[in-house]
Amino acid sequence: MTRTHANHGPVLTRMLGDTGSLIFVVVLIALTVAIPLCNLVAEPGSALHVSNFTVALIGKYLTYALLAVALDLIWGYCGILSLGHTAFFGLGGYAMGMYLMRQIGDRGVYGNPVLPDFMVFLNWDTLPWYWHGMDIFAVAMAMVVFVPGLLALVFGWLAFRSRVTGVYFAIITQAMTYALMLAFFRNEMGFGGNNGLTDFKDILGYSLSSDGTRVALFVASGVGLLIGFLIARFIVTSRAGRVLEAIRDAESRTRFTGYRVELYKVWIFTISAMLAGVAGALYVPQVGIINPSEFSPIASIEAVVWVAVGGRGTLYGAALGAGVVNFAKTWLTGAFPEIWPYALGALFVAVTLFLPKGIVGLVSQLRRQIRRKEPS
Amino acid sequence: MKKPALLESFSDRSRVFDFVNRPAAGAKPDVRHGTVLYVEDITVSFDGFKALDALTLYVNAGELRCIIGPNGAGKTTMMDVITGKTRPDAGRAWFGQNIDLLTLDEPRVAQAGIGRKFQKPTVFENHTVHENLELAMAGARSVWPVLFARLSGEQSAHIDETLELIGLAERRHTLAGALSHGQKQWLEIGMLLMQEPELLLVDEPVAGMTPQEVERTAELLVRLAGKRSVVVVEHDMEFVRSIARTVTVLHEGRVLAEGSMDKIQNDPKVVEVYLGE
Repeated sequence: MTRTHANHGPVLTRMLGDTGSLIFVVVLIALTVAIPLCNLVAEPGSALHVSNFTVALIGKYLTYALLAVALDLIWGYCGILSLGHTAFFGLGGYAMGMYLMRQIGDRGVYGNPVLPDFMVFLNWDTLPWYWHGMDIFAVAMAMVVFVPGLLALVFGWLAFRSRVTGVYFAIITQAMTYALMLAFFRNEMGFGGNNGLTDFKDILGYSLSSDGTRVALFVASGVGLLIGFLIARFIVTSRAGRVLEAIRDAESRTRFTGYRVELYKVWIFTISAMLAGVAGALYVPQVGIINPSEFSPIASIEAVVWVAVGGRGTLYGAALGAGVVNFAKTWLTGAFPEIWPYALGALFVAVTLFLPKGIVGLVSQLRRQIRRKEPS
Repeated sequence: MKKPALLESFSDRSRVFDFVNRPAAGAKPDVRHGTVLYVEDITVSFDGFKALDALTLYVNAGELRCIIGPNGAGKTTMMDVITGKTRPDAGRAWFGQNIDLLTLDEPRVAQAGIGRKFQKPTVFENHTVHENLELAMAGARSVWPVLFARLSGEQSAHIDETLELIGLAERRHTLAGALSHGQKQWLEIGMLLMQEPELLLVDEPVAGMTPQEVERTAELLVRLAGKRSVVVVEHDMEFVRSIARTVTVLHEGRVLAEGSMDKIQNDPKVVEVYLGE
């Protein structure tokens, strides 16, 4: 039970010092380069060709993986179980959706140059104040991180200052995302009610239906995941990361050592929410719609299952889990649509009982067993 | 008509308001009068049960004080009050003449210079011995400085020194969770030392230790006193006899007796409630 001290070397060796993280980064970069090439360069029909559908699908998984990394940052490293993290994902997605709606301009069904279709339909004659400026890409992107971050800051400050932890915190995060869902369902909120925001035409002047834009969004998702992962790795391998783990393992000891536990928690919760917001913003243009179902409590629970399946407290495990579970979901909802909820529940129970460290834990256990056999 | 409590507190003519003579943040305790800890008339009750009943206690700077008493005498509650975990119903607690402990929470008390060792050894089990000491090291505590913190050569040397002192130099890269019970106790004491506190509160440091370990712990605590003030709560009478100059006996939340070990042992009240078992 010893650990070598990679923790104090140069920053890059520190961040990519462990095999798992290094493999993850290499595979992610390879994927981000290879898939677009296989889609654009390889001839359709050849064995190397990747269809547009697959590009969009993997692009979506990459944004889910970023959400999983954000969730693992707080759950795996600081012991904060959030069952409402897709709320931040959804808010980031809505911010992007608002920008895309404003880009439609007068090409909507009603041809109003300023108001999105659903507002014309509701007989509104002016744009609500919070829609102003969202036609500027930079403003919208700032909102993608600012809005989820602000909500997490306020919510986290109230909860962590009162020392709400564990299952109580999990329950109030469920309440938060449920409240947001109900709010966004209302037409009066000005976010398109239960239809949400859709019928997007283009982003930064490029058509969303063109192959080039799709591939660019895929690459953006890959790069987004890579940057998010590196930020998370930088944090968890710093001394602040060790403080977070100390909070997870012995919260009161950390307090008596002089660390203001609630500030660390608010800080990491806010960063995690911002990463989730970015994930949501990358997700929306690829799936073409954002609606209040993103805020549903079950969606957040699913995200927690991804992290648990992949392996909590490793970051790359969470990303892997998001990919594996969503691949299973895509396949199962196609083949046997009605059993998916049961499969998800069974998966969570099975992982909790048999794989407490997820897929990553299973792999390292197998490697250890093989190594033990070899010398004899 | 009775004035509301808030109004009354403002119209109290002898009241000294907090903003007068407030110590600067990060101030060190002022021990010019030779007393490092003032605990006066502290009362704590849980559901009507008085865990501390107008407890009054002073600890001199540089002193090694042992506190003994039967279970439920209020020893741990007293530590909780001093370290900001429990707020008393009444009384005052000052660290030196200038730091009012009752206005501070746990991290601020720790930053002011009071280190606490728990009864059950609590170390960060998923961190190595070295990392445990690094986290406890006096210095940056807020998020940004800690995020970008690097160990300087001087700090590394300081950690190495402490590792030698607590006899864990060989095990610096071992996860703290894999240490033996006695080693964890030592690591926790080492972490307290890294905090460079003026006052150490040590709750049952030798519980579960082998006789050799007990001896080394006694040696360490005696050596610490003088530079720092040390308050030890302990059940083990042999151990108390071996280190203590002044012993305070608590009973039912009050001080029953105070003095040298010989004086305490011959006090009929003490014999009756504690030693006579």
